[in-house]
Amino acid sequence: MEAIVRVDQLSYRYGECLAVDRLCFESQPGEVLGLLGPNGAGKTTTVRLLNGLLVPASGQLTVMGLDPVSQGCRLRRHTGVLTETPALYERLTARQNLNFFGVMAGMESPALETRIAELLAFFELTERANQRISAYSKGMKQRLALARALLHRPKILFLDEPTSGLDPEASRAVHELIESICRQNGQTVLLCTHNLHEAQRLCDRLVILDRGQLLAFGSMDDLRQQFVPGLWVAVEFLRPLPSAAAEQLLTIPGVVQVKPEDKRTWTIRVENESVVPSLASYLVAMNAALLSLMPRQVSLEEIYFKLQRGDRFAHQEVQHEY
Amino acid sequence: MNTKILKAIATKDILEVKQNKAAWMPMVIVPLIFVLLIPLGLILIPQFLDIPIDEFLADPDLEIFLANMPPSLQQTLEGLDPIQSALVMALGYMFAPLFLIFPLMFSTVIAAESFAGERERKTMEALLYTPATDSELFMGKVLAAFIPALILTWGSFFGYMIVVNAASFPLFGRIWFPLPSWWPLMFWIAPALALLGISATVLISVRNQTFMGAYQLSSSLLWSW
Repeated sequence: MEAIVRVDQLSYRYGECLAVDRLCFESQPGEVLGLLGPNGAGKTTTVRLLNGLLVPASGQLTVMGLDPVSQGCRLRRHTGVLTETPALYERLTARQNLNFFGVMAGMESPALETRIAELLAFFELTERANQRISAYSKGMKQRLALARALLHRPKILFLDEPTSGLDPEASRAVHELIESICRQNGQTVLLCTHNLHEAQRLCDRLVILDRGQLLAFGSMDDLRQQFVPGLWVAVEFLRPLPSAAAEQLLTIPGVVQVKPEDKRTWTIRVENESVVPSLASYLVAMNAALLSLMPRQVSLEEIYFKLQRGDRFAHQEVQHEY
Repeated sequence: MNTKILKAIATKDILEVKQNKAAWMPMVIVPLIFVLLIPLGLILIPQFLDIPIDEFLADPDLEIFLANMPPSLQQTLEGLDPIQSALVMALGYMFAPLFLIFPLMFSTVIAAESFAGERERKTMEALLYTPATDSELFMGKVLAAFIPALILTWGSFFGYMIVVNAASFPLFGRIWFPLPSWWPLMFWIAPALALLGISATVLISVRNQTFMGAYQLSSSLLWSW
């Protein structure tokens, strides 16, 4: 399948600061691609470059087969962007805001009015559609900003920190909205976030960035395979296990690492699922007061921190490792 | 250039100004002072307070001043009594430059706010993500300041015309205002000057991070010019 977004060796400088450094990734139509990284990683700059707001210092990029630098206006007819702040006109009403951005996107009456009514209803804002935005809560503003991004039915949706500053309830509502909108409409979504749970929940593939550089690119399975291969097993004991037992466990074929989390809980990394029964049998055989044994997938959080602060975490792991 | 986009930007900005009382109130008060209060004062106060205006007009310096006026002005004043001459001089000629300043007075706030304000209110990025070109954004912002400025200036002119003619009718017995020079002034020079001043202010707003900075710089430049 032809990539809808293709970025190759993309670089951008703000003065002396290299905000994006030889970035490479691509996105397939209909997928949710996460751009993950701390503040200053280059996520927002990448979105601006992909929409033709900035001119790259070097590298190639195409979005929907268009060059954002020379065909930015044409491209922006097909992209919708949820900016980090809602960026709404506070003195205008929700309807006036949507109407303005609809006309700017080339929509005309009466289709625009119908679409506005549809989105206001979808985002549960119909009753307050004629109220000024300054009277809206943060969650309502975010919903309206999302409605604005979706107004002209963009083929690619850029969501920059969609849940930034929202309470857990509002965040969950936004997650559900994104999931339903994207899966139903088959839009391609580029989600910029530093919220790891959000990224793991919503994204098909991830681009992990730090200081403008690409640290990793792939699906969760790819990243697990690449950076933390194997399977983690959380084992809970009724009574503390002697620390010498860790040495014994490492002799089991397929056991890679043993980490006591506390006196009664250990985390054991094994090569694959087939090692888990052997591990359970061994623990029973050594009379360990086994309470529970739960295999679990490596989370994005673990991969992310391994990538972002590899040295510091590696050091911590060494301290706990037997 | 997409006219629908220009119209959308201008309409949006005008709507925002309309919602902001602090922004449009001075636009109403200033014309009221210059169009209503001062002309009425100039016409009516000497009549009611019995000010010896003849003595004032008999000042030799003023006579020299009037004698050195261009022939066209002298021709206009021909046959008028001293009070009529004074009113024509003041209201027909000396007030004219005010109507060149009016559009800039009305529009400087809107024009200075155009881009710097969007930046301050963090709405600039959303605007840039629309399919509008840079020139459409610029022109839209210029129109947002130019249209209300022109409407207010022309409105003030027509208001001034009514006030001056109505208040001075008992003295003149006829409609004497506007003088012929006002037509090109109002419908040619004032719009052109306004467009130039507004464009310069919007350009300053593009470059400035804050509305206050843009307003200060553009005001200094325009008024010194």
